[in-house]
Amino acid sequence: MRFVDEYRDADKARALAAEIARLCGPGREYKFMEVCGGHTHTIYKHGIEDYLPENITLVHGPGCPVCVIPMGRVDDAIHIARQPGVLMTSFGDMMRVPGGGGNFFDSNAEGTNIRMVYSPLDALKIARERPDVRVVFMAIGFETTAPSTAMTVLRAAKEGLENFSVFCNHVTILPAIKAILDSPDQRLDGFLGPGHVSTVIGCEPYRFIVRDYGKPLVVAGFEPLDVLQSIYQLMLQVRDGRAEVENQYARVVPWQGNPTALKVITEVMELRPYFEWRGLGFISHSALRLREEYARFDAERLFDLPGVRVADPKSCQCGEVLKGVLKPWECKVFGTACTPETPIGTCMVSPEGACAAYYNFGRFTRARVREASVR
Amino acid sequence: MCLGIPGEVVEIQEDHPDLAKVDVSGVRRTINIGLLADEGVSCGDWVLIHVGFAMSKIDEEEARSALEFLETLGKAYQDEMDALRDSQID
Repeated sequence: MRFVDEYRDADKARALAAEIARLCGPGREYKFMEVCGGHTHTIYKHGIEDYLPENITLVHGPGCPVCVIPMGRVDDAIHIARQPGVLMTSFGDMMRVPGGGGNFFDSNAEGTNIRMVYSPLDALKIARERPDVRVVFMAIGFETTAPSTAMTVLRAAKEGLENFSVFCNHVTILPAIKAILDSPDQRLDGFLGPGHVSTVIGCEPYRFIVRDYGKPLVVAGFEPLDVLQSIYQLMLQVRDGRAEVENQYARVVPWQGNPTALKVITEVMELRPYFEWRGLGFISHSALRLREEYARFDAERLFDLPGVRVADPKSCQCGEVLKGVLKPWECKVFGTACTPETPIGTCMVSPEGACAAYYNFGRFTRARVREASVR
Repeated sequence: MCLGIPGEVVEIQEDHPDLAKVDVSGVRRTINIGLLADEGVSCGDWVLIHVGFAMSKIDEEEARSALEFLETLGKAYQDEMDALRDSQID
């Protein structure tokens, strides 16, 4: 348990917070974005902001794969599920993501068969055992899950399965970070880099952030002390006027990532010219689709998709939350019309979504108090 | 889905060297270890698992620490474990 204590000890957190406070320049405001929804979860679950000086703001990023799926893609998935003989599968997190005409549960109530699976390999197993149905796996996620989908497609090809396909919605994190850096409404001092995406892509691809934008990035672990340590490293860089890529999570993330995983992604998938992200709009070269060689496993080619772009409900401000422009509680429907039980927007659906994290852990009170006192 | 959960490799399948049985908090399930083929995986190794695939090797201390931390997440971790329990990869 020594190790556990080492990473969660409250005294250590306070000591680290004091060090961070000492690095704050007088009258200076600092804004760091945590790219990954896993970090957002830690920050609110463990009240990290309560430890930080008031002039440091943590801004939530777009790194929640469920949150960035646009409504039109949910509708496309339901359209596929409605075709005769189709059994649609996806991760549990997808089931309550609202599309223009309801979510997967609503769709099942009207007769579709959309099942949650733990792994794409579970979907493959169903296809193997049920040659009478067409099994489609709705693949979502960043580089963390893309290799798993690619490996599953390779396995399907090896086995010669003809009733398995993938509805590919994999996105890549770097173009989203670039879109945020290019956005005029956001001024950031640095980034907490995503921990698990980096186990695949490594640390080198973040170089453009320091080179072209002069912002530091620290790849961070998920324990509360990891997050504080990473903020400390960012503050040191800002104080010294440096911008470097650092790896705080080296005990899990190799600097070079997982070359095998990257190779498998490249073998099976290619970049799309553009892809719509909820809230961020269309971003060039930001998502993956299956290569021509694997067309027979590509649900987008096998089924005629409506592909209709569906605008988010007017009341929903997930887009602003995903860009870090709005805090969840500043959204007009947060906690009233939009709750984890009846989500309007995706940020309230996934446990990694900023709104769900705020809602579940009640950490927004302090920020509200702070805002009220400013007014 | 994005939670990486640590598991101990307890058995490599001889007929399918890409598959291994892992123990995650007492739940034993089969996962794919093909993405770590270059590094090599043996019984007793700890790995970080995402959606049925081992993505990186970790040491035992890190695994225990990560598990302790995941348990503090409550429902998100429970949902992930429930999904793993239902998994039947072979």
